[in-house]
Amino acid sequence: MKALGYACPETLEEAIALMAEYDGRARPLAGGTDIIVQVREGHRDLDLMVDVKRIPQLRQLTHDAAEGLVLGAAVPCCEFYEHAEIASLYPGLVDAAELVGGTAIQSRASFGGNLCNSSPAADTIPALIAHRASCVIAGPGGQREVPVEGFCTAPGRNVLGRGELLVSLRIPTPGPNSGAHYLRFIPRNEMDIAVVGAGSSVVLNDAGDTFVSGRVGLGAVAPTPLLVEEAGEILSGSPVSDAVIDAAAAAAGRAARPISDMRGTIEQRIHLSGVLTRRTLVKAVARARGE
Amino acid sequence: MSVTAADQKLHIQTRINDENTEFLCEPRHSLLEVLRDILQLTGSKEGCNNGNCGACSVILDGRLVNSCVVMAGEVQGAEVTTIEGLASESGELHPLQQKFLEHAALQCGVCTPGFIVAAKALLDRNPDPSEHDVRLWLAGNLCRCTGYDKIIRAVLDTAGPANGNG
Repeated sequence: MKALGYACPETLEEAIALMAEYDGRARPLAGGTDIIVQVREGHRDLDLMVDVKRIPQLRQLTHDAAEGLVLGAAVPCCEFYEHAEIASLYPGLVDAAELVGGTAIQSRASFGGNLCNSSPAADTIPALIAHRASCVIAGPGGQREVPVEGFCTAPGRNVLGRGELLVSLRIPTPGPNSGAHYLRFIPRNEMDIAVVGAGSSVVLNDAGDTFVSGRVGLGAVAPTPLLVEEAGEILSGSPVSDAVIDAAAAAAGRAARPISDMRGTIEQRIHLSGVLTRRTLVKAVARARGE
Repeated sequence: MSVTAADQKLHIQTRINDENTEFLCEPRHSLLEVLRDILQLTGSKEGCNNGNCGACSVILDGRLVNSCVVMAGEVQGAEVTTIEGLASESGELHPLQQKFLEHAALQCGVCTPGFIVAAKALLDRNPDPSEHDVRLWLAGNLCRCTGYDKIIRAVLDTAGPANGNG
């Protein structure tokens, strides 16, 4: 790896000051599973890595019913899914976190890092979209909040400006009769990058026969992960039926605007968008009903 | 806060294999480079050097990690276990090492330290894993010689007797 510096700030203010001082020549280091490889292989040219894991706000993992979940940007996947109480509330996020790399990667890789790497195929982002996550961003100008579906702007790019960093994700507490699921298609069993990924969440009425609302997120079918707004519109207020779920899945297929590459073709990805959306909705409904 | 510039040295104090360890390194160094090139702990292997193959597996503060994607500065104040820390001081092999030999769970041997460290991290957490648990946990360790079956059997056999089901 080419020579570069290392900093380990203990407060958010120090980290922001460093990011601003280095003006685009510094990047935060959370789990390092993307950034270290990118610097080593010459895909990123940096002067400083800013290890953010000693900053309390980036390691926060707390939940209360009113405030919802605060998931610090540097919390590794394993800490999230090993927290039984929190994990039980956010099943779609658990599904995604358990698919990120293998055991050693999940020891380090974070939701926040996955988001900031901004790959269109990132596994956690469709699940975060399904769970209505919001991104807390801090910078020299103060703090702001951006819905997760608006965070990525292009492959490898996002809304973070000079000197800004992602602090945490805020995720509301799912109401009663809620369920969620994330699923991806890969041509082997483990350790691969999504050809398509889909995350769905639903809220049902007390009888469990009508959708109060629903959300569908898709990955690897556009330059950024997508919120399929039309699927949510189809689900809201509709009976839980194969026909409604099929209609929402068809909407996901229409929202997809993929490319053909080494992992899959346009036709395959559009087809998979529908299949995975249908499967995740069926599972989300089952979870909402406690089945 | 400390900022170590690219041309300065990092001074790290850590514990490696239950020994207090201090070293100087460049801020650009990975934990794997420190282990192999500075501390001469060459049991951890460099395979892919990008977090895919698991040949550099070590246990960092109780978690299995790929040491090629850990920066040296991150181990300040940490506890690290490498393959060198498994056998006893008198040279008695760790049960996993013994079972890998008995099952001939290696051919060229380059992946072996990573597999054994990863399997130790599994058994520390789950002393009685199913075959599925072992295969899933070790999915991040690649072997290009054995076809995995002997490795899986060695790990299951290590777990088995300890739990009376071997």
